[in-house]
Order: sequence, then C-alpha cells, then structure tokens
Amino acid sequence: MSEDNKVKVAIVGSGNIGTDLMYKLLEEPGHMELEMVAGIEPESEGLKRARDEGIEATAEGIQPVLDDPEIKIVFEATSAKAHVENAPKYKEAGKIAVDLTPAAQGPYLVPTANLTEYLDENNVNLMTCGAQATVPMAYAVSRVTPVRYAEMVSTVASTSAGPGTRQNIDEFTFTTARGLEEIGGAQEGKAIIILNPADPPLIMRNTVYVIPEEDEVDEDEIADSVEEVVSEVQKAVPGYQLKNGPTFDERDTPWGKKPVIMMFLEVEGAGHFLPKYSGNLDIMTAAARRVGEGFARHLLGIEEVVA
Amino acid sequence: MTEAKTEAKQSVRITDTSLRDGSHAMSHQFAAEQVRDVARALDEAGVPVIECNHGDGLAGSSIQYGFSKVPEMDLISEAVEVCEQARIAALLLPGVGTVEQLKEAVERGIGVLRIATHCTEADISQEHFQMAKEMGLEAVGFLMMAHMRGPDALVEQAKLMESYGADCVYIVDSAGAMLPKDAKERVEAMKEGLECQVGFHAHDNLGVGVGNSLAAVEAGVDQLDGSLRGLGAGAGNAPTELLAAVLDKMGVETGLDVFKLMDAAEYTIAPIMPFEPMPDRDSIAIGYAGVYSTFLLHAKHAAQRYDIDVREIMMELGRREAVAGQEDWVIDVALDVAKEKGAV
Repeated sequence: MSEDNKVKVAIVGSGNIGTDLMYKLLEEPGHMELEMVAGIEPESEGLKRARDEGIEATAEGIQPVLDDPEIKIVFEATSAKAHVENAPKYKEAGKIAVDLTPAAQGPYLVPTANLTEYLDENNVNLMTCGAQATVPMAYAVSRVTPVRYAEMVSTVASTSAGPGTRQNIDEFTFTTARGLEEIGGAQEGKAIIILNPADPPLIMRNTVYVIPEEDEVDEDEIADSVEEVVSEVQKAVPGYQLKNGPTFDERDTPWGKKPVIMMFLEVEGAGHFLPKYSGNLDIMTAAARRVGEGFARHLLGIEEVVA
Repeated sequence: MTEAKTEAKQSVRITDTSLRDGSHAMSHQFAAEQVRDVARALDEAGVPVIECNHGDGLAGSSIQYGFSKVPEMDLISEAVEVCEQARIAALLLPGVGTVEQLKEAVERGIGVLRIATHCTEADISQEHFQMAKEMGLEAVGFLMMAHMRGPDALVEQAKLMESYGADCVYIVDSAGAMLPKDAKERVEAMKEGLECQVGFHAHDNLGVGVGNSLAAVEAGVDQLDGSLRGLGAGAGNAPTELLAAVLDKMGVETGLDVFKLMDAAEYTIAPIMPFEPMPDRDSIAIGYAGVYSTFLLHAKHAAQRYDIDVREIMMELGRREAVAGQEDWVIDVALDVAKEKGAV
C-alpha cells in the first residue's frame, strides 16, 4: 500500500492508554500512519517506547502536533480537563479529535452501533469502558424489539482503575447510563461499577440486563442479534466474550412483572502493553483504533463498510 | 479535683438499620405505612440515628439488587416526618449512588450520610465525603467485607476516609464471617490509628453478631449498628433490642429504652417480617464462605431456578472473591454450576 493511502495520526498522552494504543496502531495500522506521540514528561516510559519504535516523540505537549498540518487525526489520551482545553485548538488546526477521556466535547460513539453516523464530525467521544462493553448488547436487543430499560454492571480489577476513575466515579455511572439510552436505544439506562481487588486480578466482567417494552419477545431472534453483535465487536476486541446468556428470566419491576434478558460478558485485553485482565482499558484503545480507521477511510474517500 | 477518680462510663451510639439493611430481607418491598410505624417506634425508644433507604444504598433500586416497591426518597420523607428526636441516615455506595441522589436525600431531610466502599477501595469515596460535609451532614465511612483484610490494611483505608472528612469509620462485617477476636483486633487497631470515631456493623451468619458487637465494645468502639429482630441481610444484624438490653446490663450507656425496643421488635417489626433471618443452612454458608450477606435471596432464587444447591453457589462465589454488590455473579455462577451438571 502506498503512502498516499494513509492518513497521518498522532497520540496525545503517553501514559498507559496512549502507549497501548500506540502498539495497536503499529500492529494494525489500516489506513493510518502514526506520525507522532506527544507527552509532557521527556523521560516517560511511553515516549521512550515510542522512540524505540522509531516514532517521533515529543515532550512539548500538543504544539508540535498542532504545527504539523499533515496530522489529520488526534487521539486524546490525557485527561478530561486537558481535553476541554485542547479540543478548540485541534478544531482550529483542522484536526479530527478521537477523545478517550470523559470530556464529552463531541457526540458519543460506540463503533458497532453508530460509527458511520458521525464521520463528518471533528470531535467524537468514546464515553467509558463500560459503555464500550455493554452498549452493543443493549443495541443488539433494541434493534430487534423496543427496550424499556437497560442496566449494566461492570466489575473491574482494582488495579486497572486509575486515579481519574477513582476520583470521579460518578462520571462513569452518568455517562454509561446515557450511552445505554442514546446509543443502546433504551428508554431508561442505569449503570453500576464495582471494583474488585481479587489477586490475581480478575478479567473485566460486565452484566447487561434488558427489559423489553413487550411482554412477549422472540427469544431466538434476540439471541441471533446478540450473537451477531458479539462477533462484530470481536473483530476489534478478540477477547470480548459472552460467557453466559442471553438468558431469560422474569422479575417484578416498576412496570409490573416483565421479562428480563441477561447477558454476562468477559472482556480480556489483547495484552499489547497493558495486562490482559485490563479488558476495560483494552476495549477503549481498540475502539479508538477502530474509530480512527473509520475516519481515515472516510477522509480517503473509501466508502466500504468499516470493519 | 484535678483528676477524675472514677473512669467515665463507656457510652455507645446505636444506629438502627432495620429500614435499610432490613430492606434486603424485605426484598425492598417496604410500604410507606410500615416505614412510618417502625421509625416512630424507634424514635420513641430513643434511637438517635435511623437508617432508611434501599438496602444497597441510594439508587440501589435496580434489576441487580431488586426494585424498591416505594421510591426510597418517599420512604426517607416518611421517616423524617414521624421522628421527633432521631436523625435519619442514608447509605451511599459510590459506583451505585451518586451525588445527584445525595442532594435529593438531603432535600428530603437526612442528617447523616453513611458512605460504603469495599474495604480496599476507600479512595472512590472522596467526592461523596466532601459533598456530604459541604452540605452540613454527619459523614460516616463504611469499610465493607472487612473480614477480607487485616487490621493494618483497614486502618490505612480508614485514614483515607478520615482525611476526606469522615466523622466515624465503621468496620463492616458484611459477610458475617468474623469471630469475636477478628472484630476485637480490628476495632482496637482502628481506635489506635484514628482520631475520628470507630463503629462496628455485624451480621449474624455464624451466630456471633451480638458477640462480635460486644467484642467491639470491649475494644472501645464508639458506634454500633443493630436492627429490630435482626431484620437484615443474610442471618440479619445484631438485634437492636438485644444490644440495648445487654449493653445496659454491662453498664454501657446507650440512651435507649430497652422495653420500648422490645415492644417495637415484638409488635411492629415481627408482624411484617416475611421470614425471620437466622443462621439457617444457607446463611451459615454465607458466613462460612465469607460472601456478601445480601446474596442470600438472590442465590435462593437462582438455586431454585437452575435446580442446584445454594451452598455450591456460595462456596464458588467465595473462591472467586466476590465483593459487595456483585449480585450478578450469583446468576453467572449458578449458570456455570448448572452447565457443569448438564442442567441447562
């Protein structure tokens, strides 16, 4: 493939997420070429690893990224606060921002469900790891039958929840619940997160409960839709697995006795840079790579369906 | 006199949690009238703090934990309305409830917020403590599943809560898995390491709920939890009326009216209990396996549905080191066990 068929991209943020994303982009660049990794600590592990891979690494923050007109897509792997500051600058410099922080400066995006809707935007947000893991399941049901309510419970190894998540855990519940509603198609969404310190650390687990509008649902049709979405997600996140379900039960709910569809997921990371149990972080970087690829193809005028 | 000749009488503050921990045993089906009756009886018996909201804390109403029959905010209002002297407390688990519900609960009139995290995860509670203190509440920390860590680790976590503004931090034996010496050594270490008050919350799964509370008193605990007739998750809590009677006989000050509490347990709570929580086969299994007491009814439901033994579910959950709030794992484990047996 010639250089002309690539869009140049940069990663801003040389921490765990940025570094893991770097390895994903190097392993499977698609129509992207990683031009630069930007951080603020010259001696950081992430920048050192970028240099080792022959990637330009700058410790001067975002300026070198802004100054390079060739870079069309920027992956923001810093913090929500930093992204709020950076977002207008990317826009002014004519760059598309794929935001991995909870800053929510652009529309929410979950690749399996709504990637193609926002390819003309210049800033998209990947919400939370929990949303990336569970919104596809709510979506799988809601595209078959209307959904009254969707609830997700995410259990994450303590060691893979960083200080950002810990200091603002409410953000996770708000944002993930909104994702279940806006993208998952539920009239009402709810999210719960639990940190588990078991040693060895447990692989990220997610449970999704869905209450359909109708009292009678076609279980086979739902099961087929779920299976299809799972294999779609697996293309980007091979460690995404439906361990149990969809299983059907009946519960007393605020809307009377209703069927409840339950799905039990496990998300194992690819282990590019982060440990395999950190499926929560891996699903974010995998989603970011996939979204970046979607934008790159769109910019290049390749209109085939994004895989 | 420059020096006290006799040691001051020990006093312990009792918080009754029939209307919160009891919500588990009631499958979250408390009616408004029941809450009014229980709160009024507790208030008249001199209970200073009454906890009232969904068993899994603010916003606990869910498929995961069970939906509330009556919205918890309305139940809080009912309790606030009938109490003359008692303050109403609400529990909040960061990750389940948020500051949004906290604000509404304050509008409804709570005076105390109890903030619960797994005993190794205190640092997720900072924003909630700060908000509670900003809003003028008494803020109490809850270190759940405290049998899973030793005294030093617990003190370290409690200090985080103290630094966020906690007025008291509880050792919470959510699994009812502690023995009296476990309770004693943990409370002792906390008393030594903290400036703020220390509390202890018992479950009776191994039949030592009151015994553990007394061990905590020996270690100098400042606050204890109870519930009428022990109405709470698993085998229930230390019964409030029993704590009142026993502590009185020990000469420990509680400010409680023993006879009125006995009446409240007998005439107000007992008639509305769907079953009497006690260390029966399944509850002993919880304490023995060291899993969260609220798994009880969820595991019974799953065991029945997939035709397996509740104890198999509990032991496997213990092996997986499930923590508070992981009710979804109950079904997941039940499905795994059933699959192994070829039942599904």
